[in-house]
Amino acid sequence: MARTRTPVVSGWFTENAPDGGGFRLLGTRCSACTAVFFPREDAYCRNPRCPGGGELAEVPLSPRGRVWSYTDGRYRPPAPYVSDPAEPWEPYTLLAVELEAEGMVVLGQAAPGTGVADLAVGTEVEVVGGVLNEDAETTWVTWQFKPVGGAA
Amino acid sequence: MSAEVAVLGAGMHPWGKWGRSFVEYGRTAARAALADAGLGWADVGSIVGADTVRSGYPGYVAGATFARALGWQGARVTSVYAACASGAQAIGAARAQILAGLADVVLVVGADAAPKGFFAPAGGERPDDPDWLRFRVLGATNPAYFALYARRRMAVHGDTLEDFAQVKVKNAAAGRLNPHARYRKAVTADEVAASAVVADPLRLLDICATSDGGAALVLTSMDFARSRGVADPVRIRAVSTVTPTYPRTVLDLPDIATDSTTAADAAAGSFRSSIARAAYEEAGLGPQDLSLAEVYDLSTALELEWYEDIGLCAEGEGAKLVREGATALGGRIPVNTSGGLASFGEAVPAQAIAQVCELTWQLRGTAGERQVPGARAGITANQGLFGHGSAVVAVR
Ligand SMILES: [Zn+2]
Repeated sequence: MARTRTPVVSGWFTENAPDGGGFRLLGTRCSACTAVFFPREDAYCRNPRCPGGGELAEVPLSPRGRVWSYTDGRYRPPAPYVSDPAEPWEPYTLLAVELEAEGMVVLGQAAPGTGVADLAVGTEVEVVGGVLNEDAETTWVTWQFKPVGGAA
Repeated sequence: MSAEVAVLGAGMHPWGKWGRSFVEYGRTAARAALADAGLGWADVGSIVGADTVRSGYPGYVAGATFARALGWQGARVTSVYAACASGAQAIGAARAQILAGLADVVLVVGADAAPKGFFAPAGGERPDDPDWLRFRVLGATNPAYFALYARRRMAVHGDTLEDFAQVKVKNAAAGRLNPHARYRKAVTADEVAASAVVADPLRLLDICATSDGGAALVLTSMDFARSRGVADPVRIRAVSTVTPTYPRTVLDLPDIATDSTTAADAAAGSFRSSIARAAYEEAGLGPQDLSLAEVYDLSTALELEWYEDIGLCAEGEGAKLVREGATALGGRIPVNTSGGLASFGEAVPAQAIAQVCELTWQLRGTAGERQVPGARAGITANQGLFGHGSAVVAVR
């Protein structure tokens, strides 16, 4: 009866990180050159100056970052984005978040209730689990960002 | 020995929503370019088609598709797919064949019949395709990325919505004078501000539409041009088709994240600036030598970024240029004299070729009311999905 909770993409995040639990994005890190990849790169290191011979090991990414930029989607995106055409379109908020330790920017939707008016470039946000969409059998789980300690 | 090739012919099918096949648009543009060059299809030794992979039709084999539509005549054929840079890579392939002595006359053709609304990835369940993933996981449309760049400019450089609107006002004023443009109406800043928000802070009139259209060029060796009595043709002096360098630190379509800088520092300058730099180096000239430029104004805000990336001004000063009127017709360095994508809309494999058509007409002095007086050199610049960069320098 209950829907199965399934990650929208497998291996990109965990709901129970080993270093103390909680929701974390998962990337991979090359042991030969320290390059970090998200979405995870499991086949080969993409750093052209990598000495080679390393392993790509799974690593949880920083749980917090700062907003690099943000926007929203006022019109329904096309498939394969899943939305119910019978329902009025509810805009989502999209954040590009800078992770300092990894030196990278990661895109993600905002947690429900966070709109563009709640954000500014530089706002500190944390990554949390959320629901992308549901169908008859499945609750599709994804990552979302929400302001740290904010009302949103 | 000269590394230049001559542009003997340029032609287009008007942009718009015509409801016909891309083959027809390409054939019309090709016929127009051949007529402009004073050559027949039988004179063409090689045809290069700029491809698209949307919409199911074998745009995959655009070179041969156009050759078939013009009538099989045994020409060498090449098909090129590089997303928005397809047209420039087609020009690059044609130039290489001419410089290698493989052909004297090469016809370059790009055409598209684009679907209405947001561009979407090909169908099916394809989680190993980054373009499919960004829609499935994030719903991140192209305008969403343009809006992220625009908001970032507002925060870092102090650009305003009014600055963005001025780009549309400027490009619409130029497009009004271009018979090939889809939109030929003046637009006011108030109209931009009153248009619906698509992806905050960008409005409908800040973002280019999708369109049908076609463009073609006839390129020849310099010797061939002279043999036909064209002593001083428009010449292509550089074609840049560079990839980014690792780590790429600016989020680009269709990526979900940038490269990390844990293993290597980012190179100075942006990927887009490296595209122009490679073209300038190959051409042996710089931004100070330009009479005009055609850049990919997928959004108004993005055009301002291109000003900086092609070296018309320092980083962060793009808005100042448009405020001063420097990039308008009659300004110090007009940009998008054709009207740009703002006036044409996107017909992906045709657009980079259309940019060179505009340079050709400007450098010949035949651009009519939108003519830049005494134009001697121009650059085109654009960027295609998945790390395809392109820029073309043409001179007279
Ligand atoms: Zn490595």
